[in-house]
Amino acid sequence: MITFENIHKSFGSNHVLRGVNLTVERGESMVIVGGSGTGKSVLIKTVLGLIQPDKGRILVDGQDVTKVKRDAFLSRFGMLFQGGALFDSMPVWQNVAFRLQRGALKRPLAEAREIAIEKLRRVGLAPDVADRFPAELSGGMQKRVSLARAIAAEPEIIFFDEPTTGLDPIMSGVINELIREIVVEMGVTAMTITHDMTSVHTIADKVAMLHRGTIQWCGRQTDMAQSGDPYVEQFVNGRAEGPIETLR
Amino acid sequence: MNAQMILIVRALGRLCIDAISALGRLVLFALATLSHVFRPPFYLREFFTALLNVGYLSLPVVGLTALFTGAALALQIYSGGSRFNAPEVVPQIVAIGMVRELGPVLVGLMIAARVTSSIAAEMATMKVTEQIDALVTLSTAPMKYLVMPRVLAGLMAGPVLVAVADSIGIFGGFIVATQTLGFNPATYILNTMNFLTSADILSSMAKGMAFGFIATLMGCYYGLNSGRGAQGVGAATKASVQAAAVLILAANFLLTAVFFTA
Repeated sequence: MITFENIHKSFGSNHVLRGVNLTVERGESMVIVGGSGTGKSVLIKTVLGLIQPDKGRILVDGQDVTKVKRDAFLSRFGMLFQGGALFDSMPVWQNVAFRLQRGALKRPLAEAREIAIEKLRRVGLAPDVADRFPAELSGGMQKRVSLARAIAAEPEIIFFDEPTTGLDPIMSGVINELIREIVVEMGVTAMTITHDMTSVHTIADKVAMLHRGTIQWCGRQTDMAQSGDPYVEQFVNGRAEGPIETLR
Repeated sequence: MNAQMILIVRALGRLCIDAISALGRLVLFALATLSHVFRPPFYLREFFTALLNVGYLSLPVVGLTALFTGAALALQIYSGGSRFNAPEVVPQIVAIGMVRELGPVLVGLMIAARVTSSIAAEMATMKVTEQIDALVTLSTAPMKYLVMPRVLAGLMAGPVLVAVADSIGIFGGFIVATQTLGFNPATYILNTMNFLTSADILSSMAKGMAFGFIATLMGCYYGLNSGRGAQGVGAATKASVQAAAVLILAANFLLTAVFFTA
């Protein structure tokens, strides 16, 4: 279970998070939605220690994330980054098996490669992709490789940061389906950041809407359309008019 | 007038505070890097890759630079020495000039141009494409995986590159002196060897080590602290080379003062 307690974060004069309170239950797929620049990515990065909150506490299974042993703690997580964040200096299989080649989870080289190829297969990529470099792959393939890397060490918690950004609608659908399958199959706790409503409908058990630095609404995905919240309604229907201010 | 003075003093104060805090951040970064040298895990593959990039692949540019500089130095000393009837000092001055000053400084500046820029651009790109964040989430400390191997490679490759530059520079002077200035080859070599002391060579190696450290450290520091986007990568690369070049020349002065005026 992940608990955010009154999380605040500012970048200079930009007060991005203004007291976020949110709980993600174990085994639940929580999707955080909200407009661009509302701090969705900042929120998940605070869990991993990539960004330090100015105020507040984050608990994972009751433990304060600032008081845990970093390596053991991080080995529980997998993350799919918005742009893939694949290491372009190494071939695909080494990207996927990165965690299995060093540290506490180190495996023999042949075994690490075998696991990488199996994970690539799981995300729909042929074994011959393993020896190619990330720059030789399309955007969709890079997202799949990144997904394979996120699940390679069988994490308990996976974060997906804008998993469908930059992909065509068909490839977005494929990635959404893959994420849903993997989350269900592995029984992981998942947090997904997106503003793509198709992703929300496919991936989410629960949805939280971040607006002006706080959780505007949180509830089951099936209740979203009938939330009665004008902010959620405007966002779901993609309307320019409504309580969420837009620049025109 | 009074208000204007206050504004000027305030601006100067801000400038000083910024400079001191930047220096503090850099020193802390250097100390953090050195603190990783003896603490596992060690990423040997990354270290050897860095050693190849910093050392072996720098050899052609370092060698050519030293060769032409040594050759030009011989011509200059011959021409300058002739003004006070001492053209025969060419071997000694070429040797001392290359080993004490030009060899280390040329290597430092060549590494700054070739290696510092490349490290800064690579790391800044990794930062803007979230590869650094990805490393952290994969339980790998960027300081240990990216910075330490490169800085260690700089520390080790620096003296070797300087030794190569010194030798090739002296060889350049030897070629010019014996082929065009009429020096006897055996006498030239003998004069060179008799004149150089072990202190000259040690100071050269120490400078190589210091310059290799500075060049790689600056690349890592500016790369990891780059701004966003392509502009951030460009700015980090430019700043890293500028800082490395200036610090190398400043360190050269300090080391020369320590070695030869004590």
